[in-house]
Parts: sequence; structure tokens; C-alpha cells
Amino acid sequence: MAFFKSILGKLKQGLAKTREVLSVGLRSLLLGRKLDEALINDLESKLIAADVGTKTTTRLVTQIRADFRSGTISTGDEVLAYLKDELKRLWPEEDRRLRIAGAGPTVILVTGVNGVGKTTSIAKMCSHLRHEGKSVLLGACDTFRAGAVRQLEIWSERLGVEVVKGQQGGDPAAVAFDACAAAKSRGVDVLILDTAGRLQTQDPLMRQLTKLRSVIAKQIPGGPHETLLVLDATTGQNALRQAEEFDRALRPADGGSTGLTGIFLTKLDGTAKGGIVIAIKDTTNVPVKFVGTGETPEDVQPFDPNSFVEALFAEDVPGA
Amino acid sequence: MFERLSEGFSNALRRLSGQATITEDNVREAMQDVRTALLDADVHRDVVEQFCSSVMKDAVGQDVTKSLRPGQEMIGIVYKRLVEVLGGDASVEPTLGLTPDGTIPKVAPPPTIVMMCGLQGSGKTTTCGKIAAYLKKRGRSVMLAAADLQRPAAVEQLQTVARQVQDEMPGSAMVHCYAEPEKVAEYGKAVGVAVGVCQRALAAAIKAGVDTLILDTAGRLHINDDLMNELQAVRKLLNPHQIFFVVDSMTGQDAVNSAKSFHEKLEFDGVIMTKFDSETRGGAALSVKHVSGASIRFVGVGEKLDALEEFHADRFASRILGMGDVLSLVEKAQTEVSERDAQEMQAKLEKGELTLDDFLKQMKTLRRMGPMKQLLGLLPGVGSALKDVNIDEGQLDRVEAMIHSMTVKERKKPSVIDHPRRRRIAAGSGTEQSAVGGLVKQFEAASKMTKQMAALSASGRMKAMAAGGAAPDMSQLRLKGSSHTSSIRDRFKKRKK
Repeated sequence: MAFFKSILGKLKQGLAKTREVLSVGLRSLLLGRKLDEALINDLESKLIAADVGTKTTTRLVTQIRADFRSGTISTGDEVLAYLKDELKRLWPEEDRRLRIAGAGPTVILVTGVNGVGKTTSIAKMCSHLRHEGKSVLLGACDTFRAGAVRQLEIWSERLGVEVVKGQQGGDPAAVAFDACAAAKSRGVDVLILDTAGRLQTQDPLMRQLTKLRSVIAKQIPGGPHETLLVLDATTGQNALRQAEEFDRALRPADGGSTGLTGIFLTKLDGTAKGGIVIAIKDTTNVPVKFVGTGETPEDVQPFDPNSFVEALFAEDVPGA
Repeated sequence: MFERLSEGFSNALRRLSGQATITEDNVREAMQDVRTALLDADVHRDVVEQFCSSVMKDAVGQDVTKSLRPGQEMIGIVYKRLVEVLGGDASVEPTLGLTPDGTIPKVAPPPTIVMMCGLQGSGKTTTCGKIAAYLKKRGRSVMLAAADLQRPAAVEQLQTVARQVQDEMPGSAMVHCYAEPEKVAEYGKAVGVAVGVCQRALAAAIKAGVDTLILDTAGRLHINDDLMNELQAVRKLLNPHQIFFVVDSMTGQDAVNSAKSFHEKLEFDGVIMTKFDSETRGGAALSVKHVSGASIRFVGVGEKLDALEEFHADRFASRILGMGDVLSLVEKAQTEVSERDAQEMQAKLEKGELTLDDFLKQMKTLRRMGPMKQLLGLLPGVGSALKDVNIDEGQLDRVEAMIHSMTVKERKKPSVIDHPRRRRIAAGSGTEQSAVGGLVKQFEAASKMTKQMAALSASGRMKAMAAGGAAPDMSQLRLKGSSHTSSIRDRFKKRKK
């Protein structure tokens, strides 16, 4: 059962029931079945239900249909293999790895709209990096939301790392500046910066991100090495706009091509599939780097296209 | 999208020869476009199917020959049905208790108990604060109870929000916060503790004599039985008068799963859609309404504590169909433009006395309302046309810089700008001389046009616009008592009072 590692293994611990349904769902839909038009329609429906979006779904299904009609593929297993290949091609391994600075601290700037789980995801990355033997410093640049700094502080106490903070309502760029200086002088391996949640439509707040980016770049050349968009897996087609707008706001001042370097996909332990990340990769080329599958700092996995595809075709988990 | 939909229907119906009524066959293709539109708006696929077949039932057999625009007629049917399914326009039938005021009833003896529930990150705590502000403004005292013991600092967040409502929001009623910070525990270690906190909060609310108690529960997954049971226990013991399910309006297909489970366990009374200021098409509203039957009561439209609106089905329907949202635009403008400014501007326009200073002021006001593309996107039909167009906000920055580099005299009378002045302005603003020349020329052309416009009578102006096709023809979409234009007018009247 090489399938069930990573995400699926995690789900196994907490949600044994889910895993059962998952494998049953996958098997009943694709594995061991002969391909026909009805199955292709089912497939299409599953992709839509996973929030892949009409455009990308049409692209994928049109290809499968053409291959089926020309006789290239004839079973459900082959469809699964095709989709896995397709997604692996979309997300090559090197794209999914965290970028680490050659020398000096690596800076990870964490962004996203409100309520996607930025702070929790930071705790997870922090725990993940410390398992790899790296020293981590946190910067609390969410000076806007009530309780946000405190939330990060509580995590830092639990995880035993330090956090650089400013005042509620203060300038987030000033906190970033201080955090970068502290990271350099203390010689930490990784600095993770939390930012306030902002909708991509809030122009002044998006411009603030641009400023944050340039403040970091001035302090630590080459930084931020990672600019992550934290994305809630339950999000629908609006996620595309989020990726586009955050990417635009985070482009380096020298006109570099990449704003966002990756996505942290959260809340995959629910019934949502997060299929929109396929459409995002299609249109903006931003890869997924991590997935979050629970509320504890250990509930984090590097993104694995194989398990992701399998989960797409899992049955909806019943409420009971 | 709206254009594409209406075009699709027009084409389908144009092909009819001799047929006077809509049949399933002749609009099948066009209905496919409606399906795509709804799916793109995040309406759940099963809900889309059922919705489309019910629309077909409505439409089949209808006589469209009399209509000049059968395509729009058909869209009108889709739109009307969508408004109906979303719960009708609450403002049309206030007596049915659909208005949010009736949503949080006053009970005797007090307090009215309101319970919030939903997934993590849907915006429960912020919404608690907004509801508290909403009630405070109406003279009702509130106690907020921090029943989220799970998310780090959730208690502190609610305490801060309560203080903000008390100190900064209008109204003289008291806003309290009940919290037991010592009960906070790591995830999974305090399941069930919240029940006791809610009970003690109720006792405290009775003692304090507040009018309404709002329970802020922890976000949870609908498939986590232990945590769902905790909510059921709260419901059983406190018997809340209203249970609100809080949903992120950007939610995709999964909205049906969570809404269904929450409704099975809690039978929530109403729905609050949050983050509607995200440009989302908000199809989740239709999905949630479909699986739960509960009405949507409030819509969160910003981070400020007064950014809570009553739900208007017609607006959601327009947004879902990609028809733009004229009302939102009007409201945005109202928050930024004072009436006096608007009147002054109007007077100047009519006299043709517009200066570059006025122009700058207008441009700044407009830009305060958001990115240009987003604003234009609120106009019906413009959104889809602009999808791939990149509006260069930098261009606007440059125009601002050029005007800032002009003297007072130059701004009042741009015609004095000669070659040396042009060179100075270009150098001062970091632009090219040709750009300065272009701006002046454009401004002069524009003010000439406004002078001509002003010379026309009001009715003449309308005719001129209609002839130019500037105003989209929404006449087919006007529904009984809820036409866009009349409600815009009502709103203006309301504000003036």
C-alpha cells in the first residue's frame, strides 16, 4: 500500500473511518474499471466537486476523452496513472522543495487572506524545520488583528522558539526590519514572518506587502527566499484571484518574475479537496509546498501529488 | 459572463423559426452556459443541476415572441428564480420577519441567546463583534461569551473586540465579555469544557441583566464527532434562540458538506456569509441555502466592526450570474463622497468650471474606493470584458505626480502651460514632456465635453446616453418591487434622512 503514506498516513491516525472511505471511493470509481463515457462523466463531476474549476476540468477531461477514443487508455487505472503523471509534471520535485539561502538566514514570508490558518501553519513549519535540525526565529508582523501577536507567542512558547514582535497597530514593516536584524545577529537558520490576513481586494494592504518585501530584501539580500500563500482547501474559484493578486503584490522591485514562491494548503483534514491548486498551477505557475492536515504542529506534510490525486477521487465523507 | 449568458440565449432563441415558446430543446445549449456560470461561481454541482431543471420548468412554454430580446427574457427568468431560491428580497417583505432586526428577537425574560458556529477561520469572532455593534447601535446591551478555548489567543481576541465595540462603536448600551482564560487548553484537551463556560456565561448574563448573550464557539470540522457533540450539548442545555452558521463566502463545493452536517447536528436558524468584499461570486450562499433551507441573514463586507450588512438576495443573485453589483458601487461611492462635495462638483460641471485640482480630487476619491479594475468590475458587463485587461495603476500615479508638480495657476488654467512650463512639470514629476502635453490636451477635451453635456437638459442627457448605448438595458430584469434603480433611489432617500 505505497499509496497511503504522507497525507493519507496522517489521516489514518485521526480519521480511520475517512481512510476506509477514501480507499473504497477510489477503488469503486477508478481502480479495476473499464473506461467508458459514463465513467469519464463521473470523473468530470468529481473534478468539479473537488473545486478544480470548469476550465481546468475541461482541459483534463478533454485529453482523457481523446486518449480514450483513440484507444491509448482503456481502464480506470490508466486514468489515475495519467492524472498522477500530469500533476507530477505540473509540480516537479524541485518546485516543491523549500528554498534555502546559501548563507545567512532564510526568510519565509507567510501571507494569505483572513482565516486561512497562517499562524497555525507557521507553527507547523517551525516544528517541521526544527525536526530537520534548523534554528527558527518568528516575526509577528500581524499587528492588526486583535490577539494575533498573542496567538503567535503562545505557539512560540509551546515550541520553544523566540518571537520578535511590535505593538498592536504598529507598522508591520518595522517589525520585519527588527526581525531581520535579530535573525542576522543571532545567526538563526530560518526566520518566519507572520502577516495580517488581507483580502486581495484591499489595495492599501496589498501595497503594504510590497513594502514588507522590499524592507526584507534590503536587510537580507536574496530575501525573502520563500513567499508563501496560505490557502484554505475549502476555498473555491476565488483562490485563483488570491494567487494572482498576492503574486503581483509580492513581485520583487527589480521586476523579477516570481512573487509567490509556493502555497501552503491548509485544512485538508476536512472534506474539501483543494482541487483549485491545479488551476492555480495552470494559470500562475505557483506550486504547492506544504499541506496542513490538523490542528497540532505535527500535522504538516510536504506536498505529494500522488496522494493528492488519490484524495481528489475519494468519496465525500459522511457527517456521522 | 452576463453578456455571454444573455448572448447564448439570444442566439438560441433567434434560431427558432415559427416557434413562439421556450422549449427544452431550443435553450439546451444556452442552459449549459448557465451551468458553467453557476459552477464558476462555486455553486455545488448537484445544486446547479436541480436549479437548472427548476428553471427549465419555469421557462418551458413561456411565450417569448412579444419580447424584443428573448435572450434577456430568459436570463430574467434565471435571475428571478435565483433571487427566489436565495430567499427573496428581504426589504420587500419586512413583515415576514425576514429582516435581521427580527432575526435576533427580544425575549422575556432576557437574555436572547445567540450561538455562532462554523468551520475554522470562517470569521466567527469578528462576526460576534459586528453583531454586538449592530445590537449596541439599536440600544441593546450585549454579553459576548468566549467559548473558544482551543485556538490560541481566541479569548484575548474576543475580549479586545468587545472592548473595541464598547469604546468605539455608536450607541450607549453596554457590551460585556465573559471569559474564563484559565480554561484554555491545547487542541483536543478541552473538549466539553466549553459547555460549562456557556452555562456560566448565561448565569453572568442574567445577573448583569443584558439583553442578548452571544456565544463565540471554537471553529471545528463538521466531521469531528467529539467537537460536534460539544455544540449539541450547548444547544441542549442553553436552548439558544438563534443559531447562526458562519460561512466564508469564498467557500467552494465543500460548502454543502459542512452546511449539511452542521444543520443535521444543530438545525441552525440562519446563515452569515463573511468576506463578501473579496470579489467572490459567492455561489456558496446558494449551496448552503439549498441543503439547509435556513435563510441568509447577514453579510460581512470588511474588517471594520460596522462592516455588516443585511442580506439582499438580488445582490447575491447578480454577483453569482456575473451581472456586476451596481448597488455595491453606489454604496462604496457614498462612503467616500460627501453629499456637499458631490453637489459642488455637480455645480462646477454644469458651469464647465472644472479645474485640474477638481480632477485630482475626484481621481483620489475614486482610487480610495479600491483598485480601478475592481471598481469597474462592479459595473454590469464590464467585469467580464476587463478580465484580461491590465489596468495600469502606475499610469494614474504618474497623472497624480504631474498635477502635483503644477502651480496653482496651471491647475486652474491648464492652457497657460507652454513649453518651459511643460519641461519643468515633466522634470518635477519624473515624466516625459509629451505625457504632460497629453494630459493637458485630454483634460481640455474632457472639460469641453462636460460643458456640452451640462448644456443639455437632464432628460436630454439621458436620451443621449441611451442613444450611445452607455447604459445597459436592464429593463428585462426589473422585478416586481425590487428593481435595481428604485432601490438605489430608496437608499439615497434613506441616507439623506
